[in-house]
Amino acid sequence: MPLARLALTMLLAAGLFAACWPADAEELRPYTVVGDAIPASLTGTKGDVARGRALIVERSSTCILCHSGPFPEQAFQGDLAPNLAGSGSRWSEGQLRLRLVDASHLNAATIMPSYYHVEGLVRVGTSWRGRPILSAEQIEDIVAYLTTLRN
Amino acid sequence: MKIAVCIALLTAMAGAALATEIPRSERRSGYSFMSADSKAMQDEDTANPGMLSVLDGETLWMRKAGAANKACADCHNDARVSMKGVAAHYPAFDKALGKPVDLEGRINLCRTNHQQATPFAYESRELLALTAYVARQSRGMPITAGGDPELAPFVEQGHALFMQRQGQLNLGCTSCHDDNWDKKLAGSAITQAQPTGYPLYRLEWQALGSLQRRLRACITGIRAQAYDYGSPELVELELYLMTRARGMPVETPAVRP
Ligand code: HEC
Ligand code: HEC
Repeated sequence: MPLARLALTMLLAAGLFAACWPADAEELRPYTVVGDAIPASLTGTKGDVARGRALIVERSSTCILCHSGPFPEQAFQGDLAPNLAGSGSRWSEGQLRLRLVDASHLNAATIMPSYYHVEGLVRVGTSWRGRPILSAEQIEDIVAYLTTLRN
Repeated sequence: MKIAVCIALLTAMAGAALATEIPRSERRSGYSFMSADSKAMQDEDTANPGMLSVLDGETLWMRKAGAANKACADCHNDARVSMKGVAAHYPAFDKALGKPVDLEGRINLCRTNHQQATPFAYESRELLALTAYVARQSRGMPITAGGDPELAPFVEQGHALFMQRQGQLNLGCTSCHDDNWDKKLAGSAITQAQPTGYPLYRLEWQALGSLQRRLRACITGIRAQAYDYGSPELVELELYLMTRARGMPVETPAVRP
């Protein structure tokens, strides 16, 4: 069946690619995906809501390049992605965590970067190589903030 | 289990197929995304800062250089005649090198081969000025690049680079410039990445810059390793972009925010 063969070829290709990837990447903390969520905190503790908000609004975190949200002090917000207002009503803490850690796990075609994921990336610039976009602490701070966005 | 994997993979592939080329009737230059002020700056030669480089380029065109002690004008005479339409079909295939060269590359080949002078550095005042002067002679003419059949594999390579996701943010050029060109990235309009105006004056740079400089900026933006100036990859990307823009008028020297 040609579909199955195609799928197999892709699996093999993915396996080969993973095998070729250098193992020098900084160790990321392990996490467990349950359904469409990562229920447990990456750090074992709750993030800081105020720090999370500050991080999202900061351009270098890249969120507001694509998203807009309840950030009246930020004149420039993107419109490539859903407004973040109400995220905490639409998604549980664990769902938000997986969305941030590895959005491509939920939707392989998404343009949303995987913020706590280093494998399988191509030609990463030297200053970013082997590092996730955000640290586990930063992810937890942002998750803590997003859960407060209710409507 | 097997079925679930297949479904996941097929969904992924359907997603990958999402990247769609912009229909001819919807192609728009970066110009059309600009404010009225920036448009006026491009339109008025006296207000367009790029015109200073064009004038600079005209002086360099006449100046003798190198061991051969020849000026560009000694071989090519009046650029307004001999260079008309040239920029519209670059990058072009160079038989001796067996690969495409862009306009900057061609000017530097003339420097080394015909003037016996040292090539200009990328983004140097001189190279930008001569390139802008040559490209200015095609202003308003439709882009015709990529017609030479020998270019086909290089266009294909440039296309592959355009589609490939890369960098820490794992985005492809196509993610923004084919799929999201009507949207905003923070405050900036995402344009269609049409290469119609280069070299151009970018307000953010406060200077004239080449298409390669612009490409390197987007590559660094997605936190990927920027290719070196003059690398085959950048020329292939330029070639693909020019082919993608076939029929659109050359705007050099354009203005961009
Ligand atoms: C390059 C674009 C891009 C960036 C950068 C980005 N996202 Fe997203 N995000 C998306 C898109 C597109 C979606 C829609 C769902 C999908 O495609 O997976 C999304 C979905 C989401 C959702 C679910 C929204 C909903 O209610 O459906 C949340 C929450 C979210 N992003 C948070 C963030 C945070 C926090 C950051 C930064 C740390 C971020 N995103 C950075 C593109 C982006
Ligand atoms: C995350 C979004 C994004 C990605 C990915 C991206 N770009 Fe861009 N690009 C932009 C934005 C936004 C602009 C215009 C605003 C600016 O100048 O910053 C732009 C401008 C350009 C322009 C200038 C067009 C003009 O009118 O002068 C070119 C050419 C270009 N990009 C090519 C590329 C190529 C090639 C790639 C991939 C290697 C790429 N871009 C990847 C967002 C992106």
